[in-house]
Amino acid sequence: MNADLLVPVVRETALVRCNPVAKLAAGAVLAVAVVLSIDVVSAAVMLGLVVLMLPLTGLDLAILVKRLWFLPLAALMAGWGTALLSQKTGTVIVDAGPLLLTSDSLTMGAAVALRALALALPAVILIATIDPTDLADSLIQHLRLPATFVLAALAAARLVTLFIAEWQTLTQARRARGVAGGNVFARVGGFFQTSFALLVQAIRRGTRLAMAMEGRGFGAQDRTWARVSSFHPRDGVLLAGAIIAAAVTIGAAVAAGTWNFIFTIGS
Amino acid sequence: MSDVQTRHTDSEPNPTPAGVPATMRWRVVDIVVASVLAVAIGIVFWAWSNSWETISAPFQALYPPTKGLLTGVWVLGGVLGGLIIRKPGAALYVEVLAAIVSAVPGNYFGLMVIVSGLIQGFGAELIFAALRYRRYTLTATLIAGLGAGLSLAIGENIFYNAAWTFEHKALYTVFAGISGMVLAGLVSWFALKAIARTGALGAFASGRSAREV
Amino acid sequence: MAAATGGVDVLARGFGWRHSGRKRAAVSDIDLSIEAGERVLLLGSSGAGKSTLLHAIAGVLPSESGYRTGELLVDGRPPDPTSGTTGLVLQDPDAQVVLARLGDDVCFGMENTGVDPAAMPARAREALATVGLDLPWDHPTSALSGGQKQRLALAGVLAMTPGLMVLDEPTANIDPAAVPEVCQAVLGAQAASGATLLIVEHRVDIWAEHVDRIIVLGETGVVADGSPAAVLHDPELRGNLTAAGVWLPGAALPQPRTRQSAGAVLLEADGLAVARARRGPVAVSDLSIDLAEGQALALVGHNGAGKSTTALTLGGLLPARAGRVRATPRLLDLGHGAPRHSDPHRWPAADLVARIGTVFQEPEHQFLTTTVADELRLGPRQAGCTPAETEARVAELLERLRLTRLAGAHPHTLSGGEKRRLSVACMMATRPPVLIIDEPTFGQDANTWRELAALSCELLDAGTALLTVSHDAEFLQAIAAERMLFGRGQAVRA
Repeated sequence: MNADLLVPVVRETALVRCNPVAKLAAGAVLAVAVVLSIDVVSAAVMLGLVVLMLPLTGLDLAILVKRLWFLPLAALMAGWGTALLSQKTGTVIVDAGPLLLTSDSLTMGAAVALRALALALPAVILIATIDPTDLADSLIQHLRLPATFVLAALAAARLVTLFIAEWQTLTQARRARGVAGGNVFARVGGFFQTSFALLVQAIRRGTRLAMAMEGRGFGAQDRTWARVSSFHPRDGVLLAGAIIAAAVTIGAAVAAGTWNFIFTIGS
Repeated sequence: MSDVQTRHTDSEPNPTPAGVPATMRWRVVDIVVASVLAVAIGIVFWAWSNSWETISAPFQALYPPTKGLLTGVWVLGGVLGGLIIRKPGAALYVEVLAAIVSAVPGNYFGLMVIVSGLIQGFGAELIFAALRYRRYTLTATLIAGLGAGLSLAIGENIFYNAAWTFEHKALYTVFAGISGMVLAGLVSWFALKAIARTGALGAFASGRSAREV
Repeated sequence: MAAATGGVDVLARGFGWRHSGRKRAAVSDIDLSIEAGERVLLLGSSGAGKSTLLHAIAGVLPSESGYRTGELLVDGRPPDPTSGTTGLVLQDPDAQVVLARLGDDVCFGMENTGVDPAAMPARAREALATVGLDLPWDHPTSALSGGQKQRLALAGVLAMTPGLMVLDEPTANIDPAAVPEVCQAVLGAQAASGATLLIVEHRVDIWAEHVDRIIVLGETGVVADGSPAAVLHDPELRGNLTAAGVWLPGAALPQPRTRQSAGAVLLEADGLAVARARRGPVAVSDLSIDLAEGQALALVGHNGAGKSTTALTLGGLLPARAGRVRATPRLLDLGHGAPRHSDPHRWPAADLVARIGTVFQEPEHQFLTTTVADELRLGPRQAGCTPAETEARVAELLERLRLTRLAGAHPHTLSGGEKRRLSVACMMATRPPVLIIDEPTFGQDANTWRELAALSCELLDAGTALLTVSHDAEFLQAIAAERMLFGRGQAVRA
């Protein structure tokens, strides 16, 4: 994966060394606890817990903030949408023609914004701390996912950096041909044309990669494994921690009476 | 692996109609190209959200369901993947992998992108499966785009727009369906035709027409 | 899996392969017999189907993708890549790295063919030593150069202890400087394993003295087969091979161009620092460059020294990090449109294409239309030429670059040499006073090479300023280019 896209790990903490499947499981537990309800308490509690845990992740926090500045913006945007469109009950706060915001709709909006951040942050940590090769080994050896698909996906993921560079080259090449810029329609057209060129290059490269992989025996029936993926007690600790965090989150919302199950909202 | 076709060097002229693979089983080239295609589509998703999502932000701020008009691009992976690879599960696989790749630089769906990818890929996969992976006409592609767009809207309504009132969710669903049909269905159809003309699909049934050149 | 057990034999009887959707077979009526342990160089013109034959022998032609005729046997059996009998190395270094860590990548082939994991590290280290890659096990494969990637692919194949090693133009896409290392690695691997060796390559001189046998493919199957001395000294065959674009040892190079005094300066830069990404590291700083009419300037130096980044910056495609690039009033006045700014990076694309043409290393990156003729029309149209003028230029370029026959073809379906000629022609169509070409001769056969050299000389003599990034010393000699040497973040006139 592209090092420039990821938040760098500066300390090899116990969490960094955990098995990728254990990390994924922990992340899934946290995500489920947040996604099932839209309410301020559960979202805020989870977000707070994850932020408190950040020092254990070994991530460079300054770079984390610098690189992901757009996440709070996107979360605010989602929250704003919900504030506009949810049930206008409670006290009226803003009433300006078509724009009507009430205490309940604003609370709902705040919940959606916090929830978006509480969903995003654990994934950022996972993506930054999981080594793709270790993940593939673990997915195949422990979750029994089909090896050919996982290995092909792993080999393809290595091309992310190459494709990003290729996108930039294609954009420069368009300008060199004299067709860059123009009005908004020309730009949308240019976007699709560049995407198309990238897809053609991807299919060609993929066909060659398939040949190279098959040329080294890929697809044979009896495969062996150079690397063994194993679990360690710390993986259990990680999972237990995630379950406790989920329980605290849901418990707090239920205790506060704000638990708002997504499948029953509005009914 | 049982999902990989055992190699046989005999290659009899296949009796299947033009454009339909001889077997439903995945060859190595199917698996690898589907994976690489998914990664490239993931990059396209990423570039899309960098540029056009930002430009359309004012519209979304005024009336959020209008963002449904642009969501078709997010389901492109499933429709195009199914259309190019033409094997069972291709739409689902390409969409899920593309969604995961697009999440690498960070987004506010978090791990839920896997769920979103599954839901969106499923919409297209269902249509191709209903046609027994044998019909890849313009109509079939448009319906696959529609299916993917609608399933995206249903998923988003449950997980993210849950607090919206019903009429807004309904309108969002209509927008997303149209968007899927056009930006995923129609675009995939023309993209396939254009890619086939470059000769890049020589190893695939989708790259061959009945006419030999 | 046994340890190195020597080579296996290859037998073809009336073998042919037709790709689905094509009327004409890629190869047909191939009869050949290669003995176990032989070292064979396979030659032929670009349409002769060398690669198809090689891929068929390696067993990697996808099933369902074509029709076979006749018989092909490796070690007495139909080719089966999953058996571990055959190992394949391809042309494109980037498309062959499978895993992120060096050692893991070497083990990939052994894992697939079911080697006992306990034996893998030792075999991998031995293979890495044989190909001369003395790097840590965890070394990131993304940090390897093209030549190192080729040696890594070879190590992965060697560790599988195949009886047959098949190499498809292994040195075509790497720096000339890295070619001897790759060549040594291949020969070392063959000597260590005793495997049969089958190589396709345009440049005969690299391999001629190291192989036992040369086989030449023509339109009608095998047209010559014998020892290197016999094949390369046959005058008739030599003529045919030269016509097919094969680089023969001892072939004459064109007379170098006579350098003329340069004309007015068109583009100048001082105190220039360049960087690939807006926030990324600076590649080269404190550059001073003048480019004048009729001047050939070559940016040379090792990979990653910032040559291409400099070329892109001078071409108005990347912003300068520091210092400035300035078009002189002479360049501003030439061509359609009138840019208000002297920095090419701030010009509209249409003004740029009329003044500075940049040819990218990979021709496909620049193709935007669906026919060769449309591709040539695009530039002049954008630059504001009249339709009549545009058509006249298109017709002239099609003729000049022998593309008339292909005017209606899709650019992506052309051969490598045709694509390169078209990509240069596209940028010539607007007659820009400045032409920038990145690695024009990379991976090209001898015919395309000669044409590019002749074309460059013609443009220079007509007053075009030519800036090129190239590793090809012979090409730079042919166009009598001045050199600018890049390295350690600096560049100096050589």
